[in-house]
Amino acid sequence: MIHVILITFLITLFYMAIANRMLTYIKILAFQGLLLFVIVFIQLNEINTINLILILLETIVFKSLAVPIFLNFILKRNKITREAEPFVPNFVSLIITTVIIVFTILLVNSINDPYLDKIFFIVALSTLFTGVYIIVSRRKILTHVMGYLVIENGVFILSLAVGSEMTMLVNIGIMLDIFVSVLVLGIFMNRIGNTFEEMSVDNLTNLKD
Amino acid sequence: MFHYYLIITILLAAGTIINRNNTIRILLLGAFLVLQTTLAIYGYSNLHKEEFSFFAYDSLGVIFLGVLTILSYTTIIHSYIYLKSRNESSWRQSIYFTALILLIAAMTCAYLASYIGVLWVFIEITTLSVAVLIYHERTHLSLEATWKYVFICSIGITFAFVGIVFLSKALSETGSVNLSFADIPQHLKNANTLWLKLAFLFMLVGFSTKMGLFPMHTIAVDAHTVAPPPISAFISTTLMNVGFLAIFRTYSLMANTSIQPWMNQVLLWCGILSIFVSTVYILKVSHLKRMFAYSSLEHMGLTALGLASGGIGYFAAILHMVLHSFVKASVFYQIDQIHRTFHTYIIRKTGNYFSKNLVGALVMLFVFISITAMPPSGMFVSEFLIFRSLFESHQIFILIFVLLFLTLIFWALGKNIFKLLFTPPIDIEEHKITPINPWESLSQFLLLSIAIYLGLNPPTEFVALIKESIILLPH
Repeated sequence: MIHVILITFLITLFYMAIANRMLTYIKILAFQGLLLFVIVFIQLNEINTINLILILLETIVFKSLAVPIFLNFILKRNKITREAEPFVPNFVSLIITTVIIVFTILLVNSINDPYLDKIFFIVALSTLFTGVYIIVSRRKILTHVMGYLVIENGVFILSLAVGSEMTMLVNIGIMLDIFVSVLVLGIFMNRIGNTFEEMSVDNLTNLKD
Repeated sequence: MFHYYLIITILLAAGTIINRNNTIRILLLGAFLVLQTTLAIYGYSNLHKEEFSFFAYDSLGVIFLGVLTILSYTTIIHSYIYLKSRNESSWRQSIYFTALILLIAAMTCAYLASYIGVLWVFIEITTLSVAVLIYHERTHLSLEATWKYVFICSIGITFAFVGIVFLSKALSETGSVNLSFADIPQHLKNANTLWLKLAFLFMLVGFSTKMGLFPMHTIAVDAHTVAPPPISAFISTTLMNVGFLAIFRTYSLMANTSIQPWMNQVLLWCGILSIFVSTVYILKVSHLKRMFAYSSLEHMGLTALGLASGGIGYFAAILHMVLHSFVKASVFYQIDQIHRTFHTYIIRKTGNYFSKNLVGALVMLFVFISITAMPPSGMFVSEFLIFRSLFESHQIFILIFVLLFLTLIFWALGKNIFKLLFTPPIDIEEHKITPINPWESLSQFLLLSIAIYLGLNPPTEFVALIKESIILLPH
């Protein structure tokens, strides 16, 4: 069951590579949050109420509801065009995502560690690298933030794969930090939207020697 | 003590953001400085005491806490002068000082954190609070720099978190789940080396956003360009100390495992590439603050080399960080005065500073001597020790390259600083030049003389603290 969901997660990455409209990206992010909740829920051996609330907050409330609504708000407010405008054609993106996944499969298979849950690691690392790829291959600032959120999802799966539990306080700190950084990024995105005609990284090339 | 510090800091920050009265603002800032000093003194007199179960006064943390406390005084004074000279509105001043208080508190917590997760959380908070300060001037350029800073720091810090996850993977296989700095090394002896290597690589890349070391140095340079000069002083000194502390702690966690030679190789390459990049850019730079930002990159590279070559290099690396903090802070305070004199940061449009502001020009001359590590400067001692450690670890070729690059940097810095000091400027509007109060330079003379004193005749307590922080490293 859990492997099926993990593979569904991988498929969302392919979908993200070829998605054309900004709204599709937001929907995929919300869906990924939902998948993460299911993964954690199955993975949990014993259900502790505080832990459950924390996970609910982090996945459903934060990843599937708050962030997509916030991104949608920014999209509407700044009248961003609906197309994602990648630097490279979608077909090439699809191939590169495939190459990333094949590469991580080879990498993880080369590790000989009996305690390793391979599918978890493959999904986590390929999500991480696909996030980085989305950041470098897209022109819009909003897609950059989405790439960052994909990386965060990858890190989330990775910490599940390792399975060690950090102290509750640290967990809360990490969650708050990510939340605040998305908020701060959103505020600056609005500023960029107000200052420049178009929210594109082409406007951000004045600082150089 | 520590929980009082946290509570009072939050209260003072809240007071600063609500308050609009200038006198009350000065009183609040004064109270914060007293609090910060009390914590530093308390920390030094209660070494190794654990606080709040997540923090401890360990020796390296206390050294950097002391540096931060001294620089807080000067930065707050120079921030006050800076804001006054720009006639900022009361509301903008409140935001500025609140962010500054939170930044100082976040750095203090990062220095004293005794768990790697806690360190991570506070490093992220420093990013968020310094972003407000970088954006202070609210121009297009500062928007660009702040965006890049927050975005790349967030990604970097995420990578560092991946590194922590790998580290805990390595630990969980040995049966330990405790991620405190004191407990990790004992469990790492039999850990899987692949996980350790991955952990070190990810954490080095992640924390190098803060330290301004090679792979992620660009954002720190861009942030310097637009940040208010007193904040540049912080980014270049205490914030880089945070990054150094994180990398140093990571290094010393794994220093007694079999991957230590490999880690040294990685750090060596980071260091040499940092120095190389800074040489290339410093030769063609035209912006005064960017020039000193690249000089910071060079010094971080030297520190990484010291750490990588071991032996006396560990000692020299920490000493170099401390001395660099004092010298670089005084540079940026002085740059604020230069900017107020000429109304520009472009070196070409300045000149003959000696006739405009004699005391400030003297500071600049001393800065040149200090930053290029000429003998009376304290940094001569630390750089010399770093070179000695490189020599002793048989890295002769790297040493030759480093010396070659340093000569080029010396020439470039000399060319630009002497242009600023002596060459008469072309088409400058003399009536626009504003005179500067000579007393404003007092803090810079004090900081530069502290750097000379600590380098040439370090007090035994200071040496003992540094020696204690490197006691776990192999010799």
